[in-house]
Amino acid sequence: MSAPLLEVRGLTVEFPTRRGILRALDGVSFAIAPGEVLGVVGESGAGKSLTGAAIIGLLAPPGRIAGGSILLDGARIDHLPAEAMRRIRGRRIGAIFQDPLTTLNPLYTIGRQLIETIQTHLGLSGADARARAVHWLEEVGIPAAARRIDAYPHEFSGGQRQRVVIALALCAEPRLVIADEPTTALDVSIQAQIIALLKRLAREHTTAVMLITHDMGVIAETADRVAVMYAGRIAEIGPVADVVRAPAHPYTAGLMASIPALEHRVARLAQIEGAMPRLDAIPPGCAFNPRCPRAHDRCRAERPELMGAGATEAACWLHAPAHAESSPAHA
Amino acid sequence: MIVFVISRLLQAIPVLLAVGVVAFSMFTYVGDPVGAMLGQDYTEAQRDALVHKLGLDQPAWEQFLHYIWAALHGNFGYSYRVAEPVAHLFAVRLPATLELSFTASVLAVVVGIPLGVYAGIWRRSLLSRVFMVGSLIGVSLPTFLIGILLILVFSVELGWLPSFGRGHVVALGWWTTGFLTWSGLRSIILPAITLGLFQLTLIMRLVRAEMLEVLRTDYIKFARARGLRARSIHFGHALRNTLVPVITIIGLQLGGLIAYSVVTETVFQWPGMGLLFIQSVAAADIPVMAAYLLLVGVVFVVINLIVDLLYYAVDPRLRIGRGGRGR
Repeated sequence: MSAPLLEVRGLTVEFPTRRGILRALDGVSFAIAPGEVLGVVGESGAGKSLTGAAIIGLLAPPGRIAGGSILLDGARIDHLPAEAMRRIRGRRIGAIFQDPLTTLNPLYTIGRQLIETIQTHLGLSGADARARAVHWLEEVGIPAAARRIDAYPHEFSGGQRQRVVIALALCAEPRLVIADEPTTALDVSIQAQIIALLKRLAREHTTAVMLITHDMGVIAETADRVAVMYAGRIAEIGPVADVVRAPAHPYTAGLMASIPALEHRVARLAQIEGAMPRLDAIPPGCAFNPRCPRAHDRCRAERPELMGAGATEAACWLHAPAHAESSPAHA
Repeated sequence: MIVFVISRLLQAIPVLLAVGVVAFSMFTYVGDPVGAMLGQDYTEAQRDALVHKLGLDQPAWEQFLHYIWAALHGNFGYSYRVAEPVAHLFAVRLPATLELSFTASVLAVVVGIPLGVYAGIWRRSLLSRVFMVGSLIGVSLPTFLIGILLILVFSVELGWLPSFGRGHVVALGWWTTGFLTWSGLRSIILPAITLGLFQLTLIMRLVRAEMLEVLRTDYIKFARARGLRARSIHFGHALRNTLVPVITIIGLQLGGLIAYSVVTETVFQWPGMGLLFIQSVAAADIPVMAAYLLLVGVVFVVINLIVDLLYYAVDPRLRIGRGGRGR
């Protein structure tokens, strides 16, 4: 892998509350190469969106980065002054949000919103910015873009609005886009189009994408690598084909098993027993151990870090060299 | 757009007619003007003659039509108390009230909105807390007390500003204005603060609450995520989205300022409609009270129309499919 575009090391995010400090992200580390699509999956509350928010410096207060570092092109961007971080947002890291019906300001034409974004970052004249805005609307497949640029958000369908949102996120040509559940709020028939669009634009502009979703199907057909998150930590990370075919972490294995297969008719859908722990009740050791079918003493006592597990890396003691030698019966 | 305005004007007719019925019924049910006009000693014949002259022996609906017809021609009858045409009394008093209400509402808007925006954006800052506590005082102190306190401090103790009246006024045709003289401007400060303080605090608290609401929305988060400048996010994107409810409240409050400046005008002996109204109530001067009621009705109808037009200007979503020329 070439020098990473984004590198997150030991990222820890905390929320001070009256009952004590909640640790919502705990030592999250990963990297994204230029032009790479990294899928991030996990249940609601696993910390996927929070990771994205921390990277673009928009953690909702009182949340704060309590440890670790975030590097963009090798330079730290956590704890930058607000104004410096603002210049990075939109220009070097774009963001796409979940619900296109609510992410556009209803009172302004989409053209005004595009032009404002372009002018803020690129300092173009009004006419140039407008031409660029029309160009981007064409790029994302809005028909009759030169005319539609003066329309208001409510005059577009949900799928078209998400195209507009993508144009807004990409119009200053950032090299990384954080797409937080970009298709969750859309009709299934539109989802595939939006994913295909995102994939095409990322390839054509060599934009790296951090694709946050809980849809393994979307990840499987879009991402190069995938990170599986659980209770504020990365459980497993690796090339998407390997993670899907041979999951190394029991949690990933459970996730894969719970995807219903169309070719078999089953009486009951497979699921992982139990629920993800609340942030104030994360068990010691591996956070997954109470639900894990293969948990042993070490899992309840000692926290596993990411370790090599075949083609992927997993935070699981099953892959500790000592474990593999001493008790092969578990494997 | 024009269709919309006309339809709203047509809708206003039944409203104003209803107000007219209430105003008219005051003649029948409040006090006995005939007795008041005749004085202590009169014969039955004198009484009948006056009743006939005033048209009070006609059926009620006929009297009502007469009243409305006359009102449409600007004739609201004579004041019982000062024996002058009501229209003339109003023409003299209206400028004083309108200037006072205008100044008070400008003060409320120009100070209230920025304070509200500030308190909404930096809601944990010390200054915001000071504003919020201060606004509680503005909301909870009664108007007459604020007026008296201001007089005590600025007129009695410090002697900076006059405590009553409009000062020197300049006549521009039938309109008299205090804006053109130094004493007129000095005179309007205390009453305008007294009248506007409640609206100011109300607008500030409303803008703050709406800002807090809007700043949580996805499109503000997305605006931040695109790296727009804070000033553009706060004033361009957030404030404008708070405006629809704020305009509604400002409009209603402005109507209230014009209609109910009674207390302030009494405290400052401001020669406006409110003072006229309270004097008329004390004298059971029905024609003045009835005409005042009609005027208040018209004021609210006009303000509501303006508010609706402003909605159109602010929110493009309302321009679609209601006869507007939306794209």
